[in-house]
Amino acid sequence: MPLTIVVCASVVPDPLQSLIPLQTADGFGLKNEMMLPHVLDPWAGHALYEAANLAKQIDGCKVYLVSLGLKAKLQQTMMTIAQKARFDLIAIDASHSGFTDSAQTAAVLATAIERIAGLDRANLLIFGGWESASRAAGTTLQILGEKLGIIDQFQAVDEIKMNGDGSFQVLERVDGGKHQISVCAGPPAVLGWATGNLPEPPNNPQLGMMNMRTAMPAIQQAGSADIKDKALAFHNVQAPAQRRDTRIVKDLSTADIAQEIVEWLKQN
Amino acid sequence: MEKILFLSHTEATGRLSAHALEALGAAVHLRERTGGELVIGLFGGRVETSQVSGTVFSVSGEAFAASRYATDAAAGEQLCKAAGATLVIAPATSRMSRVFSGIAARCGACVDSHVAGLQVKDEALVVTRWYYRQRLQAEMTRASRPWFISIDAGVFEQFKGPGNVIVEQISPAVDASMMRTSVTGIQAPAVGEQTIKPDATALFVAGAGWTKKQADGRSHVAEAADLILGFLKKSGASLGSTKSLVDLQGEGQEVLPFMTHLNQVGQTGATPRHQKGLAACCHGEEPHVVGWRFINERRAINLDANCGWARGKADVLYVADAFQVMEQVNKLLSE
Ligand SMILES: Cc1cc2nc3c(=O)[nH]c(=O)nc-3n(C[C@H](O)[C@H](O)[C@H](O)COP(=O)(O)OP(=O)(O)OC[C@H]3O[C@@H](n4cnc5c(N)ncnc54)[C@H](O)[C@@H]3O)c2cc1C
Repeated sequence: MPLTIVVCASVVPDPLQSLIPLQTADGFGLKNEMMLPHVLDPWAGHALYEAANLAKQIDGCKVYLVSLGLKAKLQQTMMTIAQKARFDLIAIDASHSGFTDSAQTAAVLATAIERIAGLDRANLLIFGGWESASRAAGTTLQILGEKLGIIDQFQAVDEIKMNGDGSFQVLERVDGGKHQISVCAGPPAVLGWATGNLPEPPNNPQLGMMNMRTAMPAIQQAGSADIKDKALAFHNVQAPAQRRDTRIVKDLSTADIAQEIVEWLKQN
Repeated sequence: MEKILFLSHTEATGRLSAHALEALGAAVHLRERTGGELVIGLFGGRVETSQVSGTVFSVSGEAFAASRYATDAAAGEQLCKAAGATLVIAPATSRMSRVFSGIAARCGACVDSHVAGLQVKDEALVVTRWYYRQRLQAEMTRASRPWFISIDAGVFEQFKGPGNVIVEQISPAVDASMMRTSVTGIQAPAVGEQTIKPDATALFVAGAGWTKKQADGRSHVAEAADLILGFLKKSGASLGSTKSLVDLQGEGQEVLPFMTHLNQVGQTGATPRHQKGLAACCHGEEPHVVGWRFINERRAINLDANCGWARGKADVLYVADAFQVMEQVNKLLSE
């Protein structure tokens, strides 16, 4: 059966940027947040590449990208993201800050997904990153799954393999650097992706043009949502000073360095 | 006054892991600070109570042995409902992390994961956690209850005060819809031995420099592999990697055969907790060095005295050839 894969992925500040917390009238945010270049949230990005790859293997599959973020940032980043994989965009204009609550986000995502015309719930796979690079919590997808009534859920996924009978095998990262292998009878299911196995696809300008024909109007028409949880308050947000006074050892022989390292390793 | 539930799965033996005992330590700490009540909720194939004390709600049996969302969520939901707690404290193990927010959703609770600190200030519970992948630290309070909180490993002392228990058995209904997923096994890395050891004292972080051309104009990947594996075996250290080194695999370059994305530390990798860290041939920009945010004592080896991974971030930087140093280190460790 053709699958409907809904990938939930937002945008985050480019990891190379310095992040400085800032108290605003509306709670905490980042200094110059709207000026910082943004990228597709990395683990959610892997989910998108895996979705596109899976969709190619089964005729008639459809991939939706549901992205909740401030309109201006979605617009800026979508030009690049659209070149990576074929998808239909569903945009929601709301804060993509880490300083928000995941239950509120999940509720808005669930509503957006339920509104997809002709949504085939029986063949639905919800993809996303197992943790965001903003809230870094790994909570949103589970709550979303619960709201959609999906009780087969997997987190820190590195692989999905479809079997001929509609079932699929999943590899999830578990404690101690290992994978748990599970077999699920079939969709619907929620998969929170870790790195997976695919490299980032190269930019494909033609694909970008094709996606943008529907993505641009989707962003322009994006409804806005208030995801503020008034019972949640942040205090003391800081980028901890982590400068250490590094002793630079330049003139020691290799043997002496090795000796020093071994002594240090053996100290309790 | 808070009513606290400590919620955890057990291991196959029926006992609690070290990480679970740390989270129980956090729950006890919280009870002491808030003057509240603490009860315990455990689920798994087998549930033993010799490591805990007080009232224990227990879900056990074959259906709850596997680490599976549907059955874990059902167990957790019933335990939480039986306890009627305002705060639920759990270890952020992989099994618990898969299901904890789902249980919170079923209980109409708010949830925070990967919590790294709990304090009580002016009678309010203040939780500390990291945002933006370990780059910003925030304190937070919530006015709503129930509040579900999962605790990262290595933050709290393990609970060590077992005592008398009163066990109340709970039997959530299990139907076929909850058994659509079966766990078929655990897969260790394909090549060689286990290189990730969360309990090790030391972490060795390898960078892409190990695969780069060396002074003789050639790369020495096989030799690098031998030196690194030799060190891991002799020292018992866990192995971490920079992103560049694990990404080389996708780029078709000659790579270290035992290195996978699971080893990656940093912004899009893990942030393990170890007492000591030794990095060799790493050159991360500031934001990526969060990979060893939680390493207490840090030393690095690099040919470059201006190495961004070490300057201002490590206690000691040895400006030297890592191949030569590690060969000597391995020799000394063999003696
Ligand atoms: C979206 C995004 C996410 C990222 N996430 C992460 C992440 O999670 N983790 C991470 O680490 N990075 C991350 N990065 C950063 C990126 O991949 C860096 O380029 C990388 O961390 C640096 O890799 P490196 O130190 O292995 O290699 P290089 O930058 O290639 O450095 C190699 C070093 O080895 C030294 N060297 C070479 N030979 C020797 C020798 N014989 N002896 C001693 N030293 C030697 C060189 O002097 C050099 O300093 C991310 C980047 C982006 C854009």
